[in-house]
Amino acid sequence: MIKLEELIHLNDRNIILKLKEKIDELADELQKEIKIMEVCGTHTVSIRRNGIHSLLPTNVKMISGPGCPVCVTPASYIDNAIQLVEEKRAIVVTFGDMLKVPGTKGYSLSRFMGSGWVRVIYSPAEMLEIRKDTSKPVVFLGIGFETTVPTIASTFLRGVENQLEDMYLYTSFKTVPPALEALLADTESEIDAFLLPGHVSVILGMEPYRKVLERKNGIPGVIGGFEPVDIMLAIYKILKQLAEGRREVENAYPRAVRGTGNPKARAVIEKLLEPGDELWRGLGKLPASGLRIRREYENIDAVVKFGLSEEYNYEPAGCLCAEVIQGKVAPNQCPHFAKDCIPEEPIGPCMVSSEGACAAYYRYGDIG
Amino acid sequence: MDIIKLEHGSGGALSRKLTEELIYENLKNERYPELSDATILDIKGQFAFTTDTYTIDPLFFPGGDIGKLAIFGTCNDLAVSGAKPLYLSLAFVIEEGFPIADLKRILSSIRRAANEAGIRIVTGDTKVVPKNRGGGIYINTTGIGTREFRHRISGSRIESGDAVVISGPIGSHGIAIMASRESLPVGPQVKSDVAFLYPLCRNLYQLGEDLKFMRDATRGGIAAVLNEAISDTELSMNINESSIPLGEKVDAISNILGLNPLEIANEGVFIAVVRGSRGERALSLLRETRGGDRAQIIGHVDSAYPGKVILETISGGKRILDFPRGLMLPRIC
Repeated sequence: MIKLEELIHLNDRNIILKLKEKIDELADELQKEIKIMEVCGTHTVSIRRNGIHSLLPTNVKMISGPGCPVCVTPASYIDNAIQLVEEKRAIVVTFGDMLKVPGTKGYSLSRFMGSGWVRVIYSPAEMLEIRKDTSKPVVFLGIGFETTVPTIASTFLRGVENQLEDMYLYTSFKTVPPALEALLADTESEIDAFLLPGHVSVILGMEPYRKVLERKNGIPGVIGGFEPVDIMLAIYKILKQLAEGRREVENAYPRAVRGTGNPKARAVIEKLLEPGDELWRGLGKLPASGLRIRREYENIDAVVKFGLSEEYNYEPAGCLCAEVIQGKVAPNQCPHFAKDCIPEEPIGPCMVSSEGACAAYYRYGDIG
Repeated sequence: MDIIKLEHGSGGALSRKLTEELIYENLKNERYPELSDATILDIKGQFAFTTDTYTIDPLFFPGGDIGKLAIFGTCNDLAVSGAKPLYLSLAFVIEEGFPIADLKRILSSIRRAANEAGIRIVTGDTKVVPKNRGGGIYINTTGIGTREFRHRISGSRIESGDAVVISGPIGSHGIAIMASRESLPVGPQVKSDVAFLYPLCRNLYQLGEDLKFMRDATRGGIAAVLNEAISDTELSMNINESSIPLGEKVDAISNILGLNPLEIANEGVFIAVVRGSRGERALSLLRETRGGDRAQIIGHVDSAYPGKVILETISGGKRILDFPRGLMLPRIC
């Protein structure tokens, strides 16, 4: 049971205004444009929804990153999921956001809604119930970052333990640090610092970021929570590092994130999965940036069972999702944005997912 | 007779039995005791006329049910249009196999709501559709009310400097529906705010021409209503998020579900726009009426961003508050 009384809105305007003053001072001192990438889609939504960007000085810009799981999933993965239903006659189980993302042929899994072939769940554990209720093979679409992987992994481990047969995992899991590394390595990148994802860090802790950021050519990275106060505090700490010439990983979300992360959750991941090269929409194939099923569990691997073909990247004509994910283009700079690409009829995944940058910009308009 | 059969909608003996022994028995009123094809009404002067169809899922939810909703929802549309609700029609589309016990429960809730609202149900209809061709039961009500407020209620009468008033806390209806659908672990139930708004509206009629706009914030929540009021004008609304009253637990639960309380449907809240100098008067008129004790002034009208609603967020940031997008919660009313 969640105790609602414990969920306090960290929204004290006085604290926010004090942080704003300090941020203004530091921005003045820095005297140049600072681009901070919020890696996580939940940060993007909170910033837009609360109008945090409108509180920042003109030379501090927040740009959205690759932290929306649906957005970085290749369109050809959707094709394979559709193939699972149409040709392999399997029941596909997924989180809701995946439904409306078009595959390379322009249609999405939503065409099977109501047919029983595609089931939307909120918690991976529901999959076990679906498995018990049907004689058809059941495939779970495994997308997400370190945050969602542990519960999915533990569900499958439980399924294996209980000898539930014909239940498969089709992985497209991603891990955050390799993406940061790729963004840093990009010579065109103009990112001055990362606002690091709070939820992912609950699992990872601080060490994996240190390896990527605390080195030559590294940049500051501050772990932030999702309430306005948390975000303002993280931005303040980022500017302070920049002003003092430091490049460190800092934790501005200590009420949820411990330095060592959650070793238990990581152990669950490691039992079922191992790092593997993974294709990201927008970023391409990044070494050891995914989590693949270990060989000893290959009998639950949907790729092995159904012989799914390898994913490739494909972008609908004119869609700038790939550039948006890399922070090279702001959503409202895309020619389709709010014209022929809207949440009801999306062209690319960034407009589909509730965590997508385009959807957040569209939904929470800028007063300009 | 414990479930609805197709024959109940055939027009034959079973239809008559259903109408007479169940529906009519539960709803009959003194003045129109006969069932006939149409009812003659005695209405003087101008009247308001509205219709709405109720498809909510689940049919029974904390704080109400589809019957109560079907009566109050239509009455509220009349009330915010400046009319006193008088007569309602009541039409059912029932799915074959629907439990009679549930129909009885809905009918008695309809009777209680009609009594509270002081309206008469004067005509009706029942159809039965085959199993799996309907969502249990749908209800349509059409309402007639006499015009009491003599001035036009319209977004086009809004002027710069006007005050934006809300009649009570938002979000409870949508959250109650969502929570009962998804069996959320949220502790004690959140109750829907479904309520009869005419007494609150009537008190505001006293403001005369200084009352310019009223609308109940149902589907799309107050985000939709505020935009409807202003989008065709050269004016903008400045809404102060921290002054918007929220129903109990609405804030926390919407946080968990990723919902925006401003976009959540209500069934017992309306927005009014009044002349700026009359804002406080409007507040005291609402607060002295039952159900209006948490009324608030939530913003004002100016011309800085024509056609837009600007939200000053709790954190002090500013953004556009747009029409809600996409299908957030289907079949919520």
